[in-house]
Amino acid sequence: MNLTLKIWRQKSTNDQGKIVEYKVTDISEDMSFLEMIDVLNYDLVEKGDDPVTFDHDCREGICGMCSMFINGEAHGPNRGVTTCQLHMRSFKDGETIYIEPWRSAGFPVIKDLMVDRGAFDRIQQAGGFISVNTSGRTLDANAIPVPKEDADKSFDAATCIGCGACVATCPNGSAMLFVSAKVSQYALLPQGQVERKERVLNMVKKMDEEGFGNCSNIGACEVQCPKGISLENIARMNREYLMASIKPEN
Amino acid sequence: MAAGLFKSSITKKFWMSLTGIFLISFLVVHCAINATIFFNDGGKTFNLWAHFMGTNIIVRTMEIGLFVGLILHIVDGLMLYFQNRAARPVKYAYEKASASSTWYSRSMALLGTIILLFLIVHLYHFWLRTRITGLTIAEPEMIINGKLYENLYGEMELIFSYSWVVILYVLGCISLFWHLLHGFKSAFQSIGLNHSKYKNTIALVGDAFSIIIPAVFAAMPIAFYFKLVH
Repeated sequence: MNLTLKIWRQKSTNDQGKIVEYKVTDISEDMSFLEMIDVLNYDLVEKGDDPVTFDHDCREGICGMCSMFINGEAHGPNRGVTTCQLHMRSFKDGETIYIEPWRSAGFPVIKDLMVDRGAFDRIQQAGGFISVNTSGRTLDANAIPVPKEDADKSFDAATCIGCGACVATCPNGSAMLFVSAKVSQYALLPQGQVERKERVLNMVKKMDEEGFGNCSNIGACEVQCPKGISLENIARMNREYLMASIKPEN
Repeated sequence: MAAGLFKSSITKKFWMSLTGIFLISFLVVHCAINATIFFNDGGKTFNLWAHFMGTNIIVRTMEIGLFVGLILHIVDGLMLYFQNRAARPVKYAYEKASASSTWYSRSMALLGTIILLFLIVHLYHFWLRTRITGLTIAEPEMIINGKLYENLYGEMELIFSYSWVVILYVLGCISLFWHLLHGFKSAFQSIGLNHSKYKNTIALVGDAFSIIIPAVFAAMPIAFYFKLVH
């Protein structure tokens, strides 16, 4: 396959940045999208140019590091996959592909296609945890009964890998799908009850402070989420937040 | 107080939803009463209802609530719009938004603005004349059951004899249709009512509501213009 790539190049956070066109040739349709970028980068390095910076880690679709906005969609045109699991057979020979970083006030560009998703970490630190003793005689988690339906829903929410596709694809740049997944994951389990109210209040407060937009229920996040996190989680977070606002103490 | 009401992203959503549901409930009453023009009784039933709505103390008090709700909905909507724009300072060079969402769900502010422009004309046509300046028709009153009533029906007949007014009202109704098509479902989601058990029911009722109410409203100026009611 021969392709034309239009890639966002930006030297640093404060650099203006622009779209630069590249040609790649002899790309196998069995390559993953990231391998295709690797080929381009080998080429650039050989020519003495600066290779394209992008985030990646496991390349198995589970770590949430890869983060490209490909042809106008987060993680590209396929559903339920991250960029590393997107293969070149999803594109046509001779096609022009736009590759841009996640765009959000909460995700400043570090370089090229790499953005700082530290805002997600700070939201997690604001309440996305449970406080339990991990030394001495601890309680076996399996000894606590959990209704099957709750366990399933909590697990579904916990599959969120925090990649930020929801923010990238939301026309409002809202992080509510991510935050709601983290809130739901704990709110549904007995272990999450102790900090249930302060968790949702603190995480939403942090989310707002980080400069993410407001959800207006457009639903693009749910469609583009590689893990299929449901909008039901946002409704749950809204409920949790409203209840906690009315009566903050447990 | 205002700062407290809109302090977080979720409270902003909450008020948007609550005022939206309130405005939806107003639409039901407004539409049902106006639909009495289709009784073809020369506007008698309609004028009686208009008299009740204009003089009943509870309804008049609710009217203040309606304006407050409408203003809250507009202010909240504008706040959301500007904050959401600021949340993406650099736009994408290539964005395929249609792949994952509907155009009207992304255009609520635009649709709302069109509805607001329509509302200004609409309030000038009817609210201002019935409440403050008086009707403009030659015979502003009609006798029903031996008593004198304001002939709002006649005023409607006059106003909807102009083609530009009819077009403007129909455009207002079309905008309302798209606005409701997203807004109805969205209102329930924002207050946390989304569950696989009743999600489809809300969507179905919302879609039906979004079609029926604007269609009945749009039928009114059209019916007057083409003299289908008398």
